[in-house]
Amino acid sequence: MPDTLLFAMEATLNGLTAGVMYALVALGFVLIFKASGIFNFAQGVMALFAALTLVGFQSGQIPFSHLINAMFGTRLHHFGWNMPTLLAIPATVLVMILLAVLVERFILKHLVNQEPIILFMATIGLAYFLEGVGDIMWGAEVKALDVGLPKGMSGAVDDVTFAWFGYGFYIDRLEIWAAGIAALLVAALTVFSQYTKQGRALRAVADDHQAALSVGISLRFIWVLTWSIAGIVALVAGIMWGSKSGVQFSLSLIALKALPVLILGGFTSIPGAIIGGLIIGVGEKLFDFFMSPIIGGATENWFAYMLALVFLLFRPQGLFGERIIERV
Amino acid sequence: MLYREAGDFKTSYVADNQTFPIKFDRYGYYFILGFAFLVMPFIINDYWANSIVVPFLIYTIAALGLNILIGYCGQLSLGTGAFMACGAYGSYKLMTAFPELNIIFVIIIAGFITAAVGVLFGLPSLRIKGFYLAVATLAAQFFLIWLFTRTAWFYNYSPTGMISAPTRDVFGVAVTGPRASAVSMYMICLCFLVVTAWLARNLTRGSLGRQWMAIRDMDIAAEIIGVNPLMAKLTAFAVSSFFVGISGALLFTVYLGAAEAGEAFGIDKSFLVLFMVIIGGLGSIFGAFAGAFFLIVGPVLLKLLLVNGLGWPTDLAAHLEIMIIGALILVFLIVEPHGIAALWRTIKEKLRLWPFPY
Repeated sequence: MPDTLLFAMEATLNGLTAGVMYALVALGFVLIFKASGIFNFAQGVMALFAALTLVGFQSGQIPFSHLINAMFGTRLHHFGWNMPTLLAIPATVLVMILLAVLVERFILKHLVNQEPIILFMATIGLAYFLEGVGDIMWGAEVKALDVGLPKGMSGAVDDVTFAWFGYGFYIDRLEIWAAGIAALLVAALTVFSQYTKQGRALRAVADDHQAALSVGISLRFIWVLTWSIAGIVALVAGIMWGSKSGVQFSLSLIALKALPVLILGGFTSIPGAIIGGLIIGVGEKLFDFFMSPIIGGATENWFAYMLALVFLLFRPQGLFGERIIERV
Repeated sequence: MLYREAGDFKTSYVADNQTFPIKFDRYGYYFILGFAFLVMPFIINDYWANSIVVPFLIYTIAALGLNILIGYCGQLSLGTGAFMACGAYGSYKLMTAFPELNIIFVIIIAGFITAAVGVLFGLPSLRIKGFYLAVATLAAQFFLIWLFTRTAWFYNYSPTGMISAPTRDVFGVAVTGPRASAVSMYMICLCFLVVTAWLARNLTRGSLGRQWMAIRDMDIAAEIIGVNPLMAKLTAFAVSSFFVGISGALLFTVYLGAAEAGEAFGIDKSFLVLFMVIIGGLGSIFGAFAGAFFLIVGPVLLKLLLVNGLGWPTDLAAHLEIMIIGALILVFLIVEPHGIAALWRTIKEKLRLWPFPY
């Protein structure tokens, strides 16, 4: 088998695993957009915030220690203990739920019935606010996140591919785990939204706000619920991306990477988010593989957007989105 | 009492059609113009020019441009940073390729180049709208910045990848490069701002502006009453990009002096200008000024207060600044979704009765 084909196959596999990571972020977007029609720009920053909080809990950092030190001249840094991961994750989930309650109470409640663009801006404001809060609470330096997930080259994939093709593929074990966890997450979300009472209420709200209100579904509770779920999805994405490349500011920029995924998959479709993520991941890697010798590297920065742009011209509602019907 | 539309009778169409038909507005406008041209040049110093006044003037031009696109034509764009980079690199290439060309023409031509690029990236707006369009403009943002950092021709093969502005004169006074004084920097930016603001004001209240607003309010209905959506949207993209390009050219040539595309014109610039437009007020020329003022002066004041006043470390102050800006945006959207311009409108309502309420 020619080498180029093997390398291309490896790039495709890597693209698939990278695509899963994009899909994880896109999932959070889709959830909130479906339930409240809000395009939540803060999703990436929520992932960053969740990861920061998790690391902070794990290492026993004192929240706001930097700020307190500056205000009162103290020298606080750590509580002096390390929280086990199994305890730190539920604690972070609690923080994300608290965040959802606060967002509903202080922002969404006041912006009911505003135009979508105003709500979009509000989430950009929220993104900035959360970014600042996260930095002040836990400090801005790059942190390593380790929740016990395996890392490094997967020996099994290497062996199998070597036996088949005489060339071992490099696949990160972390990304295989990420794919498994994403599958679990989607399964859990599907079960939740199909078979539980709250899940049905959630779908009702997504379908028609007013009709849901009139049968006695509390809109405010549903919003808290969606934002909590989005927060938990953000935590999962934060753990995955944080374990991969460290917890740092650039984590919040993965939100921007999720946008073309959404365009491709449609804003309202969970399977769309997954498939869109995979297409973007594979397309990006293959394009870079074939084109970088010709036009220079780092095409990942824009390829996804260009793909989305071209795609939009032919199918504005995305692969799985609902058909856009316009009335005057 | 102070602000009144009534009793101000016009006897000719020219008087009726003037840019500021209401006396209070007109005198306020003359006063500000007089202050800006006759008083400021004598009191401005390097610190004020560099930290507040010149960035304010330059970003106001960008905010005016983006306001035309978002506020008047309703097309959400997140590519402002890249269009500013277009203006900057356009002016750099022109300055180095035609050294004897006057800097004023260089900046204007850079504006036209940006307008062409803007129209190109505005083409998808004919098919898509709203958030989808925002993502499409993100494509412009990332692609153009990538192009400018990867293609050596754009930065004349300089080893650092930076572009730096050579010295250029206007009437024998250096306005760019290291020899430029605070006053000359201020004056050239002010002149460009006055002309672009006058242009924006008159474009938006003319037939073109009405077409934009019709498209913004409901594009299908606008099409039915005879507005050509192709023309309206593309002219909005062209005019907006022209302004943004001029602003980017000024930012690079006059203010920064040296720039690198990814750093100086990243996505954060797009958001900064977007915030100016939103906080100032969508669909208002005054709003562009107010928003730019707010977001340029606010951080400087915060930094003065926190770093110099309370003696906090700069990194902490920077994080607080992000947090406070985010919170302010939220507060503004909740209290007054229509921005500072709407606040000003309310003040005018009050001034109408003050000091003799019913």
